[in-house]
Amino acid sequence: MAALLESLLLKKVDVNKALDWLRNPCLSLQQKGDTLSLSEPKVTVQKQEFVPFLLNFLREQSSQALTNGPATPAKTPSRPRPPTQSQGFFTERRGCRSAGGGAGSRRGRGGHHNEETGRWEGGGRRSGRGGGGYNKMSEQVSPPTVSQLNFNNLEDFPPVGSSPISPATAKPSRRINPTPVSAERPHSKPKTCFTSTPFSKPSSPPVGAEALGGSLITGSPLKNLVPNIFLELFFVMQLLTSWSPPTSEKEESLLIAHLDKCTLRLLAENERVALFSPALRERLTQAQDTSTAKLSPSVSTFIHSVPFQPATDNRSNFSSDKAFHTFKKQRDIFYEALREWEDFHKEPGWNFEAVLGNRIRAMVSQLNSAGNHSHFARLFLKQLVQMCKGPRVNSSPGDTPDADLLGMLGADSLGRLKRLEERLIQPHGIVGPCPPPSFPGHQEFFRDFLQIASCCQLNQHLKDSLCQQLLQLDEVSILSPAAAIGEGEKQRFASVLLLARLLAKFLGFIAFMPYQTSERPSREIQEAAVALRSKSAPVLDVCAVLSSCVRRRRTVLTVPWLVEFLSMLDFTGPLLLCYRTALGTLGMLLGRCGEMCNLNKVLMVAVLGWLFQIPVIPEDMFFISDFTEVAHLEDGSTSSQGLDSIPLVDQQLLYTCCPFLGEFRKLLAAFVSGSTAKSGGIIRKITPTSAEIRDTPTANRSQQKLQVDLEQAFFHNQPPSLRRTVEFVAERVGSNCVKHMKATLVSELVERGEKMLRDGLELPKSSPPKLNDSICAQLCDAGMEALARCHVTSVCLCISLQVLTTSENITKRLATEKACSWLSANITALIKREWKSRFDRVMRALASPVSPVLGDVEGVGDELATQEQPVTPKRKQECQKVTTCPADCRHTAPLPSDILIEIKVILKLGFYYLS
Amino acid sequence: MRLSRAEYKEIVRCTEHLRPTRQCMKMLRERFPHHSQSTLLSIFSLEYQKRIKRTNSRHHTPDVIESHYQRYLSEAKARPTAPVLLELANEVDLSPALMARIILDRFLQDLEGGVSSKTVLNNMLKEPSLIPDQTLANNIYQCTINDCCYGPLVDCIKHAIGQEHEVLLRDKLRERNLSFLDENQLRAMGYDKTPDIILEVPVAVEGHIVHWIESKASFGDDHSHRTYLNEQFWSYWNRFGPGLVIYWYGFIGELDCQRDRGILLKDCFPTDIVTLCHGAHQD
Repeated sequence: MAALLESLLLKKVDVNKALDWLRNPCLSLQQKGDTLSLSEPKVTVQKQEFVPFLLNFLREQSSQALTNGPATPAKTPSRPRPPTQSQGFFTERRGCRSAGGGAGSRRGRGGHHNEETGRWEGGGRRSGRGGGGYNKMSEQVSPPTVSQLNFNNLEDFPPVGSSPISPATAKPSRRINPTPVSAERPHSKPKTCFTSTPFSKPSSPPVGAEALGGSLITGSPLKNLVPNIFLELFFVMQLLTSWSPPTSEKEESLLIAHLDKCTLRLLAENERVALFSPALRERLTQAQDTSTAKLSPSVSTFIHSVPFQPATDNRSNFSSDKAFHTFKKQRDIFYEALREWEDFHKEPGWNFEAVLGNRIRAMVSQLNSAGNHSHFARLFLKQLVQMCKGPRVNSSPGDTPDADLLGMLGADSLGRLKRLEERLIQPHGIVGPCPPPSFPGHQEFFRDFLQIASCCQLNQHLKDSLCQQLLQLDEVSILSPAAAIGEGEKQRFASVLLLARLLAKFLGFIAFMPYQTSERPSREIQEAAVALRSKSAPVLDVCAVLSSCVRRRRTVLTVPWLVEFLSMLDFTGPLLLCYRTALGTLGMLLGRCGEMCNLNKVLMVAVLGWLFQIPVIPEDMFFISDFTEVAHLEDGSTSSQGLDSIPLVDQQLLYTCCPFLGEFRKLLAAFVSGSTAKSGGIIRKITPTSAEIRDTPTANRSQQKLQVDLEQAFFHNQPPSLRRTVEFVAERVGSNCVKHMKATLVSELVERGEKMLRDGLELPKSSPPKLNDSICAQLCDAGMEALARCHVTSVCLCISLQVLTTSENITKRLATEKACSWLSANITALIKREWKSRFDRVMRALASPVSPVLGDVEGVGDELATQEQPVTPKRKQECQKVTTCPADCRHTAPLPSDILIEIKVILKLGFYYLS
Repeated sequence: MRLSRAEYKEIVRCTEHLRPTRQCMKMLRERFPHHSQSTLLSIFSLEYQKRIKRTNSRHHTPDVIESHYQRYLSEAKARPTAPVLLELANEVDLSPALMARIILDRFLQDLEGGVSSKTVLNNMLKEPSLIPDQTLANNIYQCTINDCCYGPLVDCIKHAIGQEHEVLLRDKLRERNLSFLDENQLRAMGYDKTPDIILEVPVAVEGHIVHWIESKASFGDDHSHRTYLNEQFWSYWNRFGPGLVIYWYGFIGELDCQRDRGILLKDCFPTDIVTLCHGAHQD
């Protein structure tokens, strides 16, 4: 391998040839088997081994130059990782369990940043700390020496930003004096090079490494050969922002063209990209125009509780009065805990276990005695979905922008403010493209709750429910029949996908919770565990789900949630046959998402790449899998109308699912802030919001927002079926309206256009193409105008008032008929049941010594003292009779309380008078 | 009436040594002429109840009861027509109605030779003519009609006031054409916790969404608000989302700090109500 690499570097082997060999499995299979023969010297190299070897080589070579951002882990192909390697990494998930609380785990990314770096140090190279990676390399064949490379000339390549400082420790920096960190780079000249070194043309790195590395940036060729293309991309960008850009001019489909606009702009404006490849810069600039990603957080301003629905929550859904009343208390305790967590969990020293542990366990033990698990599981999951489903994951009260502020500014300006805040507060918060699995925002509460409750019955109910919901979501039809893919479908897809990912993560969390260990168990223990666990059925048949989605071409929906599920695996889990197979298949899929449309593909590549980088997933899973095998899975494909080939993923969804993609932007921005401040600065001004003139006045905007909130709130306490019905009707009427407009307005305009065309053609020197353009433009303008004039009424036009009233009446009649026919068939049974329960209650009451029924007879006085206490319906209805005025009442009678007070006074006076 | 905590504390300080009598109420009114009378009364009533709660237990030990009872017996024997029980209550700073209950309870123990039933006791307090001892009946009666914080008459008045404000709230809602379910309807539907009103279509009050309204015909002080939050308001939020509490007799302004969390406090029916508007309003 070293020989091959050396040949490449010395240009003995054509780079393109090597790339072809790497990228085209079929070719090489047919021609030379899975090996590449080199003329001089004669060596045979295994392809799967070469890629990781090359990547490690690149990291090794660049280790001293890289100072920006965290280290990217090295590859360990085809060999099990030493057990020590992953220790201490997963504190986010595991450490807290062993600590019994998890209080300390909340500091967001910053909290585990050090752990992360630690792990990467163990696993690969790390700048300035010596040859961590070298040991690994020496286990294999040593790469060629560095002597011929000129990467170490740091004076030519000023470093970027600062080295990975944990955001937890990094103070908000004003960027007044960006200080390069010298401690991390023993070889570099501190400080001066940062601000004073003019940009100079870098000496060229060896062409082979450059081409191979560069093809990373262009994406597709190597994409199938590495587990996490974004990791490599991040690495290349690190190179790019540290020293000469090893960019190749090869530009096939640009993977990075799908990143967000801001990243693209930063990349395009990177002087070194321009220097190295003007063509690439050109493509990047073009890609900005097509980039649609809006990274402004979509903010849900108010978090709701789970509504009480009589249909599922009233007494008749419980086995006993006791169970009903117990659940009433449990609901309140649950929310009390949630509120307390929201208020205090970020305060130093707050500990979930210490503060809420006993309360939660007491509540859970009541669940056990009352048998309310299913009710509580439903409440728990609904609340989880309510709070955590949205794209805004870190919305705890502290983070949520003030609702008034939001109302004043509107979401656009808020996004701008957010960006500004981001730039001011966390310029160096770079954590790298592979953050460990985490439970951001409110998810942390739900995770800690489950750990503290540690209730196997509750967990079982949750697993049942999660599995059922997930499989339902997985089957859900996204496309409305015979309709073009519009925003509606995209939104629906995004909503289903995000929900499924959330549920899958929690299913995984609960399912693998019993097996979690803070450290990787020894080989022997793992083998014993595998033997034991392989006998019982896994919670979810991942292989079946996976092969089904491949067959039906729905991987773009299924794979992202399966990834979330599998990211929760314990150390032994991946060795179990079912998960090993699934991971193998996923590895193959990663190599074969060629037929998907672009952003779908990027999403798949990103989530899968991330999964294969998680410590619990052995990397050899990826490198040993044979890419040719996936074909037979797809062969049996039954339907061509899957989801994979439909552009359902947009950038918003991509970045929501893979927030780590934002790391590119941070990295590049850190570079800009560090390196170009001197040269006038490319930093874009973020226009202050207050300076902006909006077409709608502020009051109007906040009114609009209020209306939207009110509409949402309206559905909150209604049964979900009402919302579905409304959405369905709106969808149908809207679609009819479009048809109507097509038949009327559009055809009218086209008619008019024809006339204009004919008139125009009769004129001398008429040019049909010109006429075409101008008429088309006029028609479109007219259309927009007409639409603006009548956009509200048009819907009404489509349904005449009579149709509306008639359908309303028919609905009423049908509803009445249905109710009547059901009642006439079942009324006796209904009465009997209700009567029996009432009869039982009365008899029970009569049997007990102090009876509320008797109390009734004794008159009003008894309830006076009990105004706030529950009163039985019967008694309350009596009050109702009293409190409701007759229709024509003018409320002129004196208030009863005044009369009573007067009576009291008179009684008092009278008494003294008499006595 | 919305009071600042400082204002509230000043009023509380002045109530500390007042008795639940008409004269005392008059003094309070004169001391704070700019505050509404019902607010002052309500604050006094709450403070008095707190005071009684603090001291009540010391009147309930068997030997204290016995000593009160013996004193009553001897005084009543000496001055059969004098309001001796009322005087005794004032002397030991106990609510007359509560004193009446203690003494009557003790009396009934002798009479029946056992623990008297609560129902019998309550009925006799409401209707002293049922008491077999004429002198005691008179004394009990004097106590209950001279107490403006405790006793069956006061309970009756309080209950009426509560009801009246609920009626008022419903009238206001009907006036505004807001459709709602009241407590009774909710109970019939099997709700486990029932605010006075659930709006069928939510509205926004001062920019905050309101799903439910709870009417409180009392002053909202720290203690009662905390209790209500824990036992009622949060429970409503947990089931129906954000809502509105009306303390008709005012509250400590600083307590209105959960607006963003979904609990809004008002001292009257709100005027700034935004409803969902559709169709014609939008263009």
